Amino acid sequence: MTGGVAPLSAAWAPVVALVLLAGAVVAAALDGALHSVPAGRAGRARPGRRRTVTGAVARLLRQRRRVPVAADVMLWRIGVAALPVAALLMAAVLPLGRWTLVDWSVGIVWFNAVDVAVWAAVWLAGWGPNSAHALIGGYRFLAQALAYELPLMFALTAPAVAAGTLRVGGVVQAQQGLWFVVWMPVAFVVFCLGVAGFSVWGPLSAPAGADIAGGVLAEASGVDRLIVLAGRYLLLTAGSGFAAALFLGGGAGPLLPDWLWMAVKALAVLCALVVLRRRLPVLRPDRFLEAGWLVLVPATLLQLLVVSVVVVAR
Amino acid sequence: MGVLSTVAFWVLAAAAVAFGALVFRVDSMARATYCLAASFVAVAVVLLLFRQDYLGVVTALMMVMEMAIMAVYMVMFMGMNPALMPMSMVHGRRTALALSAGLFIVLTAGILLVPWPSRRDAPVADVTHALGESIMGHKMLVMLTVSPVLFATIVAALVLALPRGRYDRFGDDLRRRPPADPQPGGVGR
Amino acid sequence: MSLQAVLIVVAALFCVGLYGALSQQVVVMVMMGLELMLNAVLLAVAAVLWFLAPQIDGAVLLLVVLAAMTVEMAMGFAVATLLHRSRQSDMTDMAADLAG
Repeated sequence: MTGGVAPLSAAWAPVVALVLLAGAVVAAALDGALHSVPAGRAGRARPGRRRTVTGAVARLLRQRRRVPVAADVMLWRIGVAALPVAALLMAAVLPLGRWTLVDWSVGIVWFNAVDVAVWAAVWLAGWGPNSAHALIGGYRFLAQALAYELPLMFALTAPAVAAGTLRVGGVVQAQQGLWFVVWMPVAFVVFCLGVAGFSVWGPLSAPAGADIAGGVLAEASGVDRLIVLAGRYLLLTAGSGFAAALFLGGGAGPLLPDWLWMAVKALAVLCALVVLRRRLPVLRPDRFLEAGWLVLVPATLLQLLVVSVVVVAR
Repeated sequence: MGVLSTVAFWVLAAAAVAFGALVFRVDSMARATYCLAASFVAVAVVLLLFRQDYLGVVTALMMVMEMAIMAVYMVMFMGMNPALMPMSMVHGRRTALALSAGLFIVLTAGILLVPWPSRRDAPVADVTHALGESIMGHKMLVMLTVSPVLFATIVAALVLALPRGRYDRFGDDLRRRPPADPQPGGVGR
Repeated sequence: MSLQAVLIVVAALFCVGLYGALSQQVVVMVMMGLELMLNAVLLAVAAVLWFLAPQIDGAVLLLVVLAAMTVEMAMGFAVATLLHRSRQSDMTDMAADLAG
C-alpha cells in the first residue's frame, strides 16, 4: 500500500463501472435539463418535450440500426466500443477516496495513453461507416487532437513533477497541504480543455458538429449511437474524476469522508463542463490548431517551468 | 515467471506477429494501419511482462498516436480506393520473401546456437523511478544527444514538407502583415 | 518462456517487417515495414535486459529506440509529402532517380 491508497481486487471492476456510469447519467440528465432552459439573455425556452435520459436511451434501444453501403463494419464497431472501454480503463487507476482498482506506478502515463487511444477510436468511428460527413468528423478530431494533446501532456506533467510520482494516489497525497489548482491554474484549465477534447465536448465538439450533420455521429444509429453518446459522457466523467484527483486534492476536505469529497469534486467539475458546453462557442479545428500550438503549448510549458522551479527551491 | 505470464507471453507474441503479417495482407489502408498499431500494443504489453511499466505504456501511447496519423497519410497518398478493395502494390515479392525467410532461418539458428550467459543480477524494484534517476543522472548525456536529433528532425521534416517559404508568406520584402496563408490561423488573424 | 523463445519471436517480427519493407511499393507501406522491424528491436532490447542484465541503465537504450522510431516516422512522412507534391506519386519505383 502506497500513497494512502488501497488497491481493490479485480472483482470490484463492475462497481467502478457502475460508479462511472452513475456520473455519466448525472451529466446526461443535467445536459437534458439545460436543453430546455433558455440560453443567454435573449434566448427563449425551446419548445417540445423535456428530454430525459431514460427516454433517450429507450428511444435509441428501440431504433433500428442502419449500416451504410460498403461500410467497414468491423473497424466501425471497434471504434464505437473503444470509447466506453477507454473511459473504464481511465477510471481503473483513479482513486475514489481510499479505494482504487489499480494503484499503478505509472497511472498518469496510463491515463495519457488511454486518451490517445481515443484518437484511434474516434477516427475509426468516423472512417467505418463509409460516409463523407462521418469521415470529416474523424479528420476534424485528429486535427483538434494534435492541438490539444501536447498541452494536455504538459498539463499532466505538472502535478506529476510537483508530487514527484506518476502514481495517481501519490499525486493526491501530495496535495494534503495545498491543492495543485492553486499554483497551477493554467495546467488545470488546459487539462479541462483536454478532457473536453477527448470527450468531443463543448468548444471542442466540432468533430460531432451540426454543420457536418453530426460528424462521427452522422451514421450512428440505435445501439451504436447510444454507445458513442454514453462513451462521450463516460469519458467526460472519467476526465472530471482525474481533474479532481490531480488538481483539486482528491479526497481532501473537512468533515465528510474522503470518497464523498472525491465524488463531490468530480461531480462539480463534471457539472461545470456540462454547463459550459452551452455557454461557449464551438471552436473551428483549423483555427484551434494554431491557438493550441502558439498559445497553449507555451503557456503550459511556462506553467511547468514555474512548477519545476518551485519544486527545486522547496 | 509463472505459468500465467508464459501463456500471456505466447498469446501476445502470436498476436504481435500475426497482426504484423496482416499489415501486408489486408485490403484496406485503415485496417493495415491499425493492424500495425495492434502489433505494437501487443509488444507494449510484453514489455509490461518484463516489468518495463513506463516504457511499455509509453510505447503504446506513441504508437497508437503515430498510427492514427499514419492512417491519414495512407488515405491521403495511396492513389487508389483505400477501403476494402483488393490491393497489391508490391515489387520483387519473391526475392523479398526468400530474403526474409532466409534471414529468419539464419537468425533462429544463431539464437539457438549462441551460448547465452545467465542473468547477472536481480531486477531493481521500482523500474520507473530507477529509469527517471538514470536518464536525469549519469545517463543524461544520452537524452542530451537525443534531443538535438529530434529537434533537427523537426526542422528537416518541415523543410522537406512545407511547400511555401517565408517569401510566399510575408511577400518579397518580408513586410506583409498578416502573412498570406492558404489556411487562416486562430491567433490574430 | 526463455530468452531464446522471445528472440525467435523477435526474429519472426523482424523478418515480417523486412518482407514488407522490401516488397511494398508505396512509401508509407515501406515505412510500416520499417516500423515493424523497429518494433522487433524494441522487444529484443527488453528481452535481453530482462533475461541477462536487468539493470536500469540498459532501459535507456529502449528510449533511444523509441526516439529512432519517431525520427523515422517524421522523416518518412516528410519525404512522402515531398514526393507526392513533386511527382504526384508515392511509389518507390518512381523515385529511383535523383532528378528533382
